[in-house]
Amino acid sequence: MSNASTNTSKKTDEVAIQLNGVHKWYGQFHVLKDINLNVQRGERIVICGPSGSGKSTLIRCINRLEEHQQGDIIVDNIELTGNLKNIDAIRREVGMCFQHFNLFPHLSVLENCTLAPIWVRKMPKKEAEEIAMHYLERVKIPDQASKFPGQLSGGQQQRVAIARSLCMNPRIMLFDEPTSALDPEMIAEVLDTMIELAETGMTMLCVTHEMGFARKVADRVIFMDGGEIIEQNEPEEFFNNPQSERTQKFLSQILAH
Amino acid sequence: MSVTEQQYAPGEHPDLPPPLGEAGLIAWFKKRLFSSVGNTILTLVAVFFLYHVLSAIIFWTLTGATFTGETKADCDLGGACWLVIGDRFHQFMYGLYPTDQYWRPNLTFILMVVAIVPVLFDNIPHRGKFLLFSAIFPFIAFYLLSGGWGLETVDTDEWGGLLLTLVLGVTGIVASLPIGIVLALGRRSNMPIVRTLCVCFIEFIRGVPLITILFMASNMLPLFLPEGVNFDKLLRALIGVALFSSAYMAEVIRGGLQAIPKGQYEGADAMGLSYWQSMRLIILPQALRIVIPGIVNTFIGLYKDTTLVSIIGLFDLIGIGLVAVADVKWRGLAPETYAFIALLFFISCFAMSRYSLWLENKLHTGHKR
Repeated sequence: MSNASTNTSKKTDEVAIQLNGVHKWYGQFHVLKDINLNVQRGERIVICGPSGSGKSTLIRCINRLEEHQQGDIIVDNIELTGNLKNIDAIRREVGMCFQHFNLFPHLSVLENCTLAPIWVRKMPKKEAEEIAMHYLERVKIPDQASKFPGQLSGGQQQRVAIARSLCMNPRIMLFDEPTSALDPEMIAEVLDTMIELAETGMTMLCVTHEMGFARKVADRVIFMDGGEIIEQNEPEEFFNNPQSERTQKFLSQILAH
Repeated sequence: MSVTEQQYAPGEHPDLPPPLGEAGLIAWFKKRLFSSVGNTILTLVAVFFLYHVLSAIIFWTLTGATFTGETKADCDLGGACWLVIGDRFHQFMYGLYPTDQYWRPNLTFILMVVAIVPVLFDNIPHRGKFLLFSAIFPFIAFYLLSGGWGLETVDTDEWGGLLLTLVLGVTGIVASLPIGIVLALGRRSNMPIVRTLCVCFIEFIRGVPLITILFMASNMLPLFLPEGVNFDKLLRALIGVALFSSAYMAEVIRGGLQAIPKGQYEGADAMGLSYWQSMRLIILPQALRIVIPGIVNTFIGLYKDTTLVSIIGLFDLIGIGLVAVADVKWRGLAPETYAFIALLFFISCFAMSRYSLWLENKLHTGHKR
């Protein structure tokens, strides 16, 4: 998957996400330290770093699953503040996939996909189901639509989760370690789905340790450690010529085997 | 195992015939009840006791009991004297409800069944329309039972027996679930005032016995109200019972809410659902399913606790029973009276517990924890 020539960037000059001087604390613990980041529309960013480096917290701040204490986060020209209207507006435009999928176990796959369009977008049920089937076909599991999430494999569940997010027709997708809870053969099917998504020009922020994926689709790889962005660069530069010592150490550890 | 077992070369061992007599009634008895001397003795002792207990029960309730007759003198067979139940059957059912108006509680009961079925079972046709009826049923029931507007007015003092028990039990159950849900959500709220209010209410109600709440509602509340303002006694008891069980219900439901993984809340948030939407569509359906046993437990407890209203002078089943037992004509027939009341309660409570089992099975969606 390390062929960089397939990387057909859809990056534009329009700014999708802007973080200026963002700080966050968990109690006394300083998780995010002065994060400055601009994401262009259509840009695909992979965030990596050792565990506890604040990478998950960073993307969870973008749809306000976590609250930041200092600095500005502007998503799609809407500023994230305590204002509930702004938060709802941003969450409608930002899809998210989690490490543990977070599908709703009491609803069928189809109902999982139609729930938000029906209740948040006020879409008629029939239309929502058509859209849901369209995206379930895209993630290649339309035949599982009437099953419950508990009856699917981990990889299938994560693909349902991706389809569920896409049903809201988001402008930005966040992935929080989407393959970390999966068996190796299922990682491939989820990554294939994500690569296809990346080729449509979706703005994507992925926290992942899948370096092959980063090489193939990322426009930019960001390395975080200790709550700071240590280094960011295009994938080729990042992997072949890491600047900081910490990045070199991290890469040597995860690429060693 | 015998020591002199014959030796065979590998692969030469003959196949054993399939075991005989493993199935069938006699084999079953032999295997489970008479497999050894000790087991045989235990079986015989158990049969001996069962025989004595069961035959005594059957004699008292059926074979030795008197079903026909006029007075207690007719009961000379040595078993139960069910005449008291027959004599006072109408009181057990309706209390002091006017005799010529019995059709009203009867009709209400039939309508209640029609109203409850669509709530309990979701696979009946035209469920939506029936649910609409369920929603307006309380008002119909109130009109039918208490009268006014063309029907003879029947004071709530005259309601009694099974009618009153059902009114208290069903109203308490129907009111306590939604109030309990609101209290449970309030107790987990981020808003300090809402949370404090809910905690205070729940802890206060749980900290006192139901009987004191009923006494306060029936005796002390009128002292605080201005002269002339008078609440109906039954209404006061109803409010007391409903508030009491809603506090318990709130804690049961809170247990369910805490069992829902954080990821479910985050999944709902990330999709842009509002607080109430995510509670109604995502969190509560799962939380309530987990605590069905606890909810039904509370329902059954509440239903049986309604008997305490007999102490504040309402004639529910127990109240009517007390009157029947005190009757000179039927002196000494307390066992019959209480056995009958117990049977009525058992039927309702057993039905509730079976329904909850059925519901648990139905709501299983292949994600056993």
